[in-house]
Amino acid sequence: MQKLGEFKLPPFFNYPPYFTLQPVKETREKQVQLWKDLILDFCKNQKIFVISLEEDFSLFSNPAIERSLSHEAKVVFLSALVNDGRAEWMDKGHKKCLILWLRIQDWADYILRFVRDNGLEDGVMTVEDIRSGFETRGTELAGIDRGVLIRALKLLEQKGKAVIFKGSSADDEGVKFSA
Amino acid sequence: MASLFRLPAAELTTSCRPIFLPGEVERCLLPGVDLESDGSDRPTPLLPFQSSLLVLTSHRLVFIDEASASALEISLPSIIHIYPLKKSMSIRSMFASPRVAISNDGTISEKGTKSTVITLVMRGKNMDPDVFYGRFMEVIRAREWELTASANQGNTGLEGSSSGTRVNDLKITMPVVGVSGILRKEQESWESTDKSLQDAFQDLNALMSKAKEMVQLAEKMRQKLLATGSNSQSNSNDEETVSKQDMQDWLLIVGIASPVTKETAGALYHQQLSRQLADFVKVPLEKAGGMITLVDVYCLFNRARGTELISPEDLLQACALWEKFDVPVMLRKFDSGVKVIQNKTHSDDEVFARISSLAQKPDALRKGISPSDAAFTLGIAPALAKEHLLSAENRGLLCRDVSAEGLRFYINLFNEIDSANIYLIKSHGLLNAWVLATTVSC
Repeated sequence: MQKLGEFKLPPFFNYPPYFTLQPVKETREKQVQLWKDLILDFCKNQKIFVISLEEDFSLFSNPAIERSLSHEAKVVFLSALVNDGRAEWMDKGHKKCLILWLRIQDWADYILRFVRDNGLEDGVMTVEDIRSGFETRGTELAGIDRGVLIRALKLLEQKGKAVIFKGSSADDEGVKFSA
Repeated sequence: MASLFRLPAAELTTSCRPIFLPGEVERCLLPGVDLESDGSDRPTPLLPFQSSLLVLTSHRLVFIDEASASALEISLPSIIHIYPLKKSMSIRSMFASPRVAISNDGTISEKGTKSTVITLVMRGKNMDPDVFYGRFMEVIRAREWELTASANQGNTGLEGSSSGTRVNDLKITMPVVGVSGILRKEQESWESTDKSLQDAFQDLNALMSKAKEMVQLAEKMRQKLLATGSNSQSNSNDEETVSKQDMQDWLLIVGIASPVTKETAGALYHQQLSRQLADFVKVPLEKAGGMITLVDVYCLFNRARGTELISPEDLLQACALWEKFDVPVMLRKFDSGVKVIQNKTHSDDEVFARISSLAQKPDALRKGISPSDAAFTLGIAPALAKEHLLSAENRGLLCRDVSAEGLRFYINLFNEIDSANIYLIKSHGLLNAWVLATTVSC
């Protein structure tokens, strides 16, 4: 089985037509579905939050069979993710794409569960702590994209589960969770 | 179809064209001809043959009934007399159909050797009966059937009966050795060219004088037409009033197309061309495996015709007419715009089955199929092979792969993949076969 880093690639990754945008509707739909799932799985596994179309992305080419996705194909697959609410374009020119392998809502739930499991209600944490601190090591939260985290926290704030406030240093913010 | 005097049946192709004898050439076509007997077939009168297509050849008169795909013939040697063309000259009965009566030497009558008169009634509007009559007389005079008969006898060495002596008439052998031989040959060819030029000019002179008459007639008609056009619809006395429609019909009869019905003039030409094309295309279709591009047919057909080439539009129109009658071929247009001619019996599914099995061979699983690979294996032209591959792709049988090596097609594995379990490979499926074929080479 081929691997890309730690990620196990599925067998059809070596199927050349997988890398050519299919013109026939039904075939295309199946192809898009497979790519959407593959992108999300890969990004989750590798903790990738942003795909830049101006840079090479290892998933989009397979040197073993000498095939790569065309720019058009990449846009099609990423746009499909955007339509599903699993990704967002970060710029008008559609050059950078934010991959939500967990939706913001899912992140919010995850954070809440984490807080409860670790008895951190009524506690205060900085945003940075959540991202790279000791408590979150080994969880999905480790290395989370800052923007995504803020949005998830804001969602919790709207639900009254957390309060965000400005910290002591200029850049850092803190969060107080409530039960 | 009841036949008249039991006239011998003529053989037709599957497209209702006559099957010609060796050396026989078509000379004239006339639609809408009825055959009438002279009554000597009593006491059991038979129905006349109606509204047939008359084909005048150098050897026979063939009457084709397209509706029943049957035909009758009268061989020209059996005609002993042709009566003059009967047309009344009064304006009203210009509509009565011209008739040509021919008497046969009785070989075709069931009663024995009595001669019988058969009348050809020409009801078709688009053809000048005088032209037909003229050609008919020419053909009878030319007696080309004798040339063929004697040529055949000369070739096969059969003992002819009384016509055995005619063999020598044709073979005028003179010494052709040396410079004198060459000079003599040149002289002969010059003389024959001269003669045919003279004949041609005679025809031209006749044509020119007719043309003058025609132009005058056309002018008169046009005046009358314009005059009646400006009148109101008063048709109090229809014995004398000539309607605009009649005028246009007369113009058609004398061979001048009126602006309103331009489309009907020449319809017969296209019909016959269409049928001839259907016959011609059979052999190339066989060789090409049941499908051939229109471009190829255009080249082959024109090459076979030699002179009197047809234009691409004529070809298209001829193919379009096939829908109207029962021929075993059809025109088909692919999505890419490529037009082909194929047998009606051609089955796409059969082709797809062959492509599918080709695509599942180990080599094809590893590297896919290019249009030229398919052309080679299926035994068809590359352009057609590509069409078939594209059609198979549309059906979901194949997938395309675009790369630096060009366009190739693989068997469609997308349908074999379970989205919920992308690492699963069922042990006897297509996906497994593909994995086995591809991992061996790696």
